[in-house]
Amino acid sequence: MRISIASGKGGTGKTLVATNLALSISDQPVHLLDCDVEEPNAHVFLQGDHIDQQVVHLPIPKVNQAKCQQCSKCSDVCVFNAIALFDKIILTFDDLCHSCGACWHLCPHNAIEKIDKEIGAIDKTKVDNITLITGKLKIGNHASPPLIKKVKGQCNDGGINILDGPPGSSCPAMEAVEGTDYCVMVTEPTPFGLNDLRLAVDMVTALGVPCGVVINRDGPGNVGVLDYCREKGIKLLMQIPMDDRIAKSYAKGTPLVKEEPAYRDKFNQLYQVILGEV
Amino acid sequence: MKIAISTQGENQSSEVNPRLGRCERFIIHDTDTGKSNVVENGGRLSSSGAGVATAKMLADLGVNAVITGFVGPKAFAALEAAGIKIFIGAQGTVEQSLKLYQDNKLDEAQSANAGAHSGI
Amino acid sequence: MKELTVISGKGGTGKTSITAALATLASDAVICDCDVDAANLHLLLSPKVNNKAEFYGMKKALINQDECTQCGQCVELCNFDAISDYTVNSMACEGCQLCHHACPSGAVEMVDHLAGHWYISETQCGPFVHAKLGIAEGNSGLLVAEVRKAARRLAEEGNKSIIITDGPPGIGCPVISSLADTNMALVVTEPTISAIHDLERIVKVAKNFGCYIAVCINKYNLNEENSRYIEGISRKLNIPIVGRVSYDPVMHEAIVRNMPVTLVPKGKVHDEIKTLWAQVQKILL
Repeated sequence: MRISIASGKGGTGKTLVATNLALSISDQPVHLLDCDVEEPNAHVFLQGDHIDQQVVHLPIPKVNQAKCQQCSKCSDVCVFNAIALFDKIILTFDDLCHSCGACWHLCPHNAIEKIDKEIGAIDKTKVDNITLITGKLKIGNHASPPLIKKVKGQCNDGGINILDGPPGSSCPAMEAVEGTDYCVMVTEPTPFGLNDLRLAVDMVTALGVPCGVVINRDGPGNVGVLDYCREKGIKLLMQIPMDDRIAKSYAKGTPLVKEEPAYRDKFNQLYQVILGEV
Repeated sequence: MKIAISTQGENQSSEVNPRLGRCERFIIHDTDTGKSNVVENGGRLSSSGAGVATAKMLADLGVNAVITGFVGPKAFAALEAAGIKIFIGAQGTVEQSLKLYQDNKLDEAQSANAGAHSGI
Repeated sequence: MKELTVISGKGGTGKTSITAALATLASDAVICDCDVDAANLHLLLSPKVNNKAEFYGMKKALINQDECTQCGQCVELCNFDAISDYTVNSMACEGCQLCHHACPSGAVEMVDHLAGHWYISETQCGPFVHAKLGIAEGNSGLLVAEVRKAARRLAEEGNKSIIITDGPPGIGCPVISSLADTNMALVVTEPTISAIHDLERIVKVAKNFGCYIAVCINKYNLNEENSRYIEGISRKLNIPIVGRVSYDPVMHEAIVRNMPVTLVPKGKVHDEIKTLWAQVQKILL
């Protein structure tokens, strides 16, 4: 089973929920996949034994000058301007390339080869019952979705997979949620939280993934999120109170369920509720 | 010889636009005839690689030199490959920049003088 | 005219709250929200929209079913898994046009794609440029560029001295777009291990742009040890700390009341934010 954790807004507690949920499941092996490849953070809370690292590549073009006839086809078809013919010289610009393959597929002289370009890495560590898979985008790269796809390839379909996604509701966030069985949306009861929750709900709805909401930093104040969930018929899965102790344990990088064991039952309950929903 | 000057306006008295890839237009001045014409920079609308697209366009127009404020690494590589000389540090109006160029007061770029993606 | 871009790496550090507060302190600024994926600044500035413009992203593929012979070539070639059942999923299509060029029956057309909107508004802090990207749209870097261009035009026309920009989270394409050619990047961080981890990454990105970089520690008393650690990192990276803002419920209250914190009476953090603004001005102006 695949459970994705999403939030329209950053900093609502997505990683808090993902890591503590993973730590509260004991009946099955858990794969926690950190798909927030621009800023992966789950490993801060789950420091285990490193078992594997895999470098992730994408194909980019390399022109075989001996075969090239300077016909300019590649230069004409590349909408990203990543390959261009000037006079008699073909230049390639790796950081503009989207690896679409138009140049090598369409070259009439078979003069373009594919070579590998490193876009990031996937680390695998083990902590108790949890296998943590972390995707980390190489700085200077902006292609998160292909790396997220590779991270998702590490799912263990015999057990529970928790996918901690990036914030927002654009391509990378979508890539993380797509194809999961259930999406847990983490929000906070503020106008920011509600605004971004709306966007995230629209996104998961477009993807056809069922979802429920966890309200983090719950307390007196804004009831907009509750009204919205009621109106949209979205299940409220859990409310985590506004509590200095939670903020402090998070700041230290200690998992909440280790610092405050009472939360283990609460997160296990969340797990049971999700099982009931799927 | 054809010289292209990056600008936001449409004539000799318009301000130079120091950004190459995302400039609105170029004034193309032909030193042989003394005449100038304006071209829209279609390259700036590229969602990716505006500097490269702009260099392609200038090469297709048969431009020999370009006068601008800043040039990024990709546009520099592209213009160099196209055999187009790059003069940087231009300021003021198109006319003033052209005068500075003719008086040999503009530097010819030996490398990029702006970071990638500067041409927003 | 100078540009200040507020970034954070990690989301939720208080970037938008600090940006809104600075906007109230600046006397002649254009305000700009570049977090086009999940814009929030408008919730604090209550803008009155004067102008709404459409934003078209890259053209996307569309298969003309009358011409399609279902040969399957496009499905096989597409590197983005965007085509199934001879239909293009426009959310996955990156607009590379390979299918359009490769289709033996010429059945694939490239069509305009409305990806979002951007707005020019009026607020009590001055003109405000903001945007909304459609759900699951890519290419937000281009929309960021569009928004910044409009902000620059407004600043030039109105003879403003500064553009204050709320940047996107992360270190990807939109952040790069929001940093290009800015004068100063203000990194709002917080003393949590996660934010510290992201701080070094975002500083590396910002350094590529040759802008002046400074750090503001928000919620600095949440964990003083971590705050000292951030001070250590900043020294090592040779980046000044220009502000320390307390962990104060009034920040949360301000968001709930849809106001910049500086306009909520009796905010303990007011003086700290004023000090931050004074430091920023000293560097920029």
